[in-house]
Amino acid sequence: MAGDSASVPKLRSAAEAAALIQSGWTLMVGGFGLSGCPLTVLRALEACDVGGLTVISNNLGEPGRGLGRLLLQGKIRKAIGSFFTSNPDVGRAYLAGELEVELLPQGTMSEAIRAGGAGIPAFYTPTAAGTKLAEGKETREFDGRLCVLERALHADAALIRAARADALGNLVYRGSQRNFNPMMATAADLVIAEVDEIVPPGELPPEAIVTPHLFVDVLVLSDPGSGSDGRG
Amino acid sequence: MDAADPRRRIARRALAELQPGDVVNLGVGIPTLVADLLRPEQGVYLQSENGILGVGPSPPPGEEDPDLINASKQPVTVLPGASFFDSAASFAMIRGGHIHVALLGALQVDEQGNLANWLVPGRPILGVGGAMDLAFGARRVVALTTHTNDGKPKLVRTLTLPLTAPHCVDTVITELAVFRFWQGRMLLCELAEDTTLEEVRRLTEARFEVEPEPGAAPLTPGWTRP
Repeated sequence: MAGDSASVPKLRSAAEAAALIQSGWTLMVGGFGLSGCPLTVLRALEACDVGGLTVISNNLGEPGRGLGRLLLQGKIRKAIGSFFTSNPDVGRAYLAGELEVELLPQGTMSEAIRAGGAGIPAFYTPTAAGTKLAEGKETREFDGRLCVLERALHADAALIRAARADALGNLVYRGSQRNFNPMMATAADLVIAEVDEIVPPGELPPEAIVTPHLFVDVLVLSDPGSGSDGRG
Repeated sequence: MDAADPRRRIARRALAELQPGDVVNLGVGIPTLVADLLRPEQGVYLQSENGILGVGPSPPPGEEDPDLINASKQPVTVLPGASFFDSAASFAMIRGGHIHVALLGALQVDEQGNLANWLVPGRPILGVGGAMDLAFGARRVVALTTHTNDGKPKLVRTLTLPLTAPHCVDTVITELAVFRFWQGRMLLCELAEDTTLEEVRRLTEARFEVEPEPGAAPLTPGWTRP
């Protein structure tokens, strides 16, 4: 399918999609490292005049790549995620007081996104009980085990990455690019999915569809030049 | 034995902890060395928390795929029967007690089996990854660590570094010794052939008892009972 907007109503250019994002929004951004990260949409967002963003993502990209570029532009005010040490720019911005960081265990983060998408406001987990990451959080014992109350996460927009979509916006993923993307698709008011290819409805086997189309608002075709194959 | 390479020696000894059919997660550090030592006929399934069950060895140079990486973001391959899933399913495996063994790196382990492996004091709190989920959720935690750091014991009476999870460690493997925690006691079960009980005592701050396991599995070459 050529992917024109007449046959694919949700299709937008990367610039059109990025222009939907407003200053001060909370964004979920998929990816584990750069695998499964929507690099084309992030590149388009670099050109937008937005700031004060809160980003929920496992990492903040790598130095000068992915979300790391938005960080260097000063667009990100706060980061919520599990592992920021692989990008030294995050430490520098944090120590300079330019970036607020909220660290969550990776399983707590993914469960908080899942809960946010499923209408569950909070949940208890033993993970982190008794550690620094539970300081200030409510605790309660279940079956003799201390548990921490964790709030669900929800976002104004989710920027996600998949391999293929059909014209309705059903998504399938490739390899380990899936990671946080399917949960993020459920937990934001506006969901922008970057894909390599858009095929006619019926071409993706129903059994293979991981993210059903009702979760997806906007489709963007990836641009290999943006490094969206993970090599950029 | 790998006298010159303590990390590789630890990884080799860790292989003997894994049983056919085990689902195993490898943490960062020394545990990642185990992946390339495993042979398919051992029947161990490697789970990677970014969403793979059935991780295979590293790909040959030039055949790396950016969408086939492990949790350390290194390129990997997958074995026949592998599956891909999202992070919520992955952490349901980890937090729901479906991982048989987590091989984890350690900064400190104390004599109560408390683990510290995520934060060095004085540095900003910027990374935890899946360390806590694995330490709290895996059925069995095996800590792989060098015995000392700059000559300072890493097996201590009480943690001085921030806790990852309380009382979670089942077994510790260093280049010198294997310890197991059993009913609140720390037991020295094996010694490397090129060390002595006296040397291990001198380099270990934690208080332990010497107790070769009754009915223990056959020894790995290079290891002996104290």
